[in-house]
Amino acid sequence: MKKKFFANKLIYLGTCLLFFNQIARAQTDMDAIMMGKNRFCIGPMYSYSSWKNYWEGSLKRDNQNLGTVSTQMFGLMGNYGISSKLNVLFSVPYVKTRATAGTLHSMQGLQDLSLFVKWMPVEKEMMGGVFSLYGIAGVSFPLTDYVADFLPLSIGLHSKTASARVMADYQAGSFFVTGSATYVLRDNIKIDRTSYYTTQLHLTNEVEIPNGGNFNFRTGFRNERLIAEAIVNNWTTFGGFDITRNNMPFPGNKMNATTVGVNLKYVVLPKKHEVSLVAGGNTTVAGRNMGQSATVYGSVFYVLDFTRKTKSSDQPAKTN
Amino acid sequence: MKKTIILTGLFIAAIAIIFVGCSKDIVGRTDNTPALSPANIDLNAGTWKPVLLTGPTEFTVAAPIATNTPDYIAQVNEIKSFQANLTNEEKTMVKYWSAGAVLRWNEILRELVAKHNLPPYQNDDGTYPFPNANNPLAYPQFPFSNPPYAARAYAYVSAAQYDALVAAWHYKKLYNRAAPYKVDATVNVLIPQSDLPSYPSEDGVVAGVAVEMLKLLFPGDQDFIQQKAEEHKRARIISGANVRSDIEAGEALGKLVAQKFVTRARGDRAGAAAGNQAAWTKLETDCLARGETPWYSLELPRRPPMLPVFGKVKAFLFDSLTCIALRPAPPPPVNSQQMKDETEEIYQLIKNPTRERTRIVHFWADGVGTYTPPGHWDAIAAEDFITKNFSEVRWARNMALVNMALGDAAIVCWDTKYFYFNPRPTQLNPNIKTLTGIPNFPAYISGHSTFSGAAAEVLGHIIPERAKAYNDMASEASLSRMYGGIHYKSDCTVGLVVGKNVGNFAVQRARTDGAE
Repeated sequence: MKKKFFANKLIYLGTCLLFFNQIARAQTDMDAIMMGKNRFCIGPMYSYSSWKNYWEGSLKRDNQNLGTVSTQMFGLMGNYGISSKLNVLFSVPYVKTRATAGTLHSMQGLQDLSLFVKWMPVEKEMMGGVFSLYGIAGVSFPLTDYVADFLPLSIGLHSKTASARVMADYQAGSFFVTGSATYVLRDNIKIDRTSYYTTQLHLTNEVEIPNGGNFNFRTGFRNERLIAEAIVNNWTTFGGFDITRNNMPFPGNKMNATTVGVNLKYVVLPKKHEVSLVAGGNTTVAGRNMGQSATVYGSVFYVLDFTRKTKSSDQPAKTN
Repeated sequence: MKKTIILTGLFIAAIAIIFVGCSKDIVGRTDNTPALSPANIDLNAGTWKPVLLTGPTEFTVAAPIATNTPDYIAQVNEIKSFQANLTNEEKTMVKYWSAGAVLRWNEILRELVAKHNLPPYQNDDGTYPFPNANNPLAYPQFPFSNPPYAARAYAYVSAAQYDALVAAWHYKKLYNRAAPYKVDATVNVLIPQSDLPSYPSEDGVVAGVAVEMLKLLFPGDQDFIQQKAEEHKRARIISGANVRSDIEAGEALGKLVAQKFVTRARGDRAGAAAGNQAAWTKLETDCLARGETPWYSLELPRRPPMLPVFGKVKAFLFDSLTCIALRPAPPPPVNSQQMKDETEEIYQLIKNPTRERTRIVHFWADGVGTYTPPGHWDAIAAEDFITKNFSEVRWARNMALVNMALGDAAIVCWDTKYFYFNPRPTQLNPNIKTLTGIPNFPAYISGHSTFSGAAAEVLGHIIPERAKAYNDMASEASLSRMYGGIHYKSDCTVGLVVGKNVGNFAVQRARTDGAE
């Protein structure tokens, strides 16, 4: 019983999906799904995010000189199982931004490479279900010399990051809940100008990007073919400053956002190739110095199995 | 399993190293500027030609008390009691202010400009509110320190500091009261020693001017300004550079000189520079009457043009007729082939911007929320002056020359912009998207080019070995506006020339002010 259940969880791969709203981040590093040993899940993804209203500090407003600001993301994501308890993940997004009104130029380019190691040290039966605990560590760094200081049209903040996350998951039958908390350390960045004003004048091109925390809660239905979940996510910077009245946003701003959304994953070809489709969306319900964005995304994932046939102890069992 | 734990351990260790090794401390370029130690104390600067004062004795500074009086000895003891238990905060304060009074107050002024360089948000009916100097803290706060406002502010503060220091140097030489550490050898000196007489204190003068001028220019920031002035004065006493009476005499002189500049400022026509609906409409109808295409605001809702009557402000370096004589010939007509070609040139530049061109645009943008292009040139000037070990009075003189040129460049440029009132590239071709905000005033001539031409001309005179570097910077600043999609080539090339012509008036002044 126990073994079978574990297998179910491992089976259909790393739902590799990326959530993007100004801060691109891989979502597989935030779900309680591990790839089996020597299995590699990879796939393209696309997301579209847009906002018309934004929070200038805590004041919600629109801007006729921006209209609607949209962000499109074309990404490639992958998740490899070193073992069933240790996975590595990556994501590489290409980002394109645009404003429908005003004169500001759109921006596009290859953004940041993210790498994560995901470790599941604890997996226990408990109260008729299974409890598991994860530790996830990640780094990200910009792949190109893109412009950070052109918000809200910059494609990213150009900051190197390191993150550490703890995550807990409980599954009983097909019902599950997952919660995680992440601390993200973000490095200072260099901008093209030689001075800037925050709450005081800085005579340097170096800008402090405040560290941040991400808090993610997800719950719903999960079996070997289908995941249907509701997600609440909160991103909070520890520090930073508010956009002053009618000023432009700046990479060193305080930036907070709470989103609610749904995520679906369906395995199309469970027996042969393990192709799965992922789709989802979310909307921003609260924020500070960020756009009130609504996001939709979709992706297709394919699992490659590098397991030698003779050594199949970690290979997931087929359940149907 | 063991392998897993080892791998994870290694990874966690790597992350921990990143976390620990990553320092977020940022050091500003002038944070660690060494204490000012002038190569030449310019003892005869009391004879230099002031800008507005009739002479160095227009305002009287009373003779100081003798250094053997009980009152003076009490003042020396004040220094000693400060020094007996110095806090780290006080040491930091001394270090900060000893880099130079003119430098630090210029930086403070730049900070205030950046803070207030924000266009007001529109009213519900699509009109725009205007800041009110008599109610500076109400939204929109006074001032909106846009480039012309800022250029004028830098010019007034710098020129007033210069005049006040010329007067101070006169009295220093006249009264020849030595610094406290020369009177009493037991006083610690936390700054480089100098043979310059200490009464009246040059630091007191500069702080006094700043406080008085900034009451006019940034009336809503009095608490911040007063706090800086108090720190400044205290730092000089703590450091042993001055006794309290040096500071007080300097401050009083600075305030008197500044009041003369304030009186001038109140009557220099800047108060009427915003114009009114009738004036804005007239700009448009006059342009149409000439058979030309008038500029219109590309902001939504359409914002009234920025300070359309600023061209009538009284200049420092020349009279109003000269100002008109400096106005260049008209831009190419909107319907001319040349203008079509110049518009197409900008469209081609902006279609696929390179990273390097974008860098140049952003390096020189100095737009909303910054200290503006004149402030950028002040930063360039200040950071080079630091390396020159100028005396305070020469610092002030050089800053005044640069800033009077920048201020007058704003006047000539704004006069030209509203005389011709011609459109921005995006108005002629809406496909031209911009890499920086489009300024809300006509294109011809480019403000950045005019400012940069003027500043480079003056700086090249002050530091001749850097003349080429300044010209290269000015050319790049000028080009950045084409790369950004907001100016045609004519705006930029003519702007540079006009700027240089304005700058040349400051150079002529520099040659005859007695300082060279």
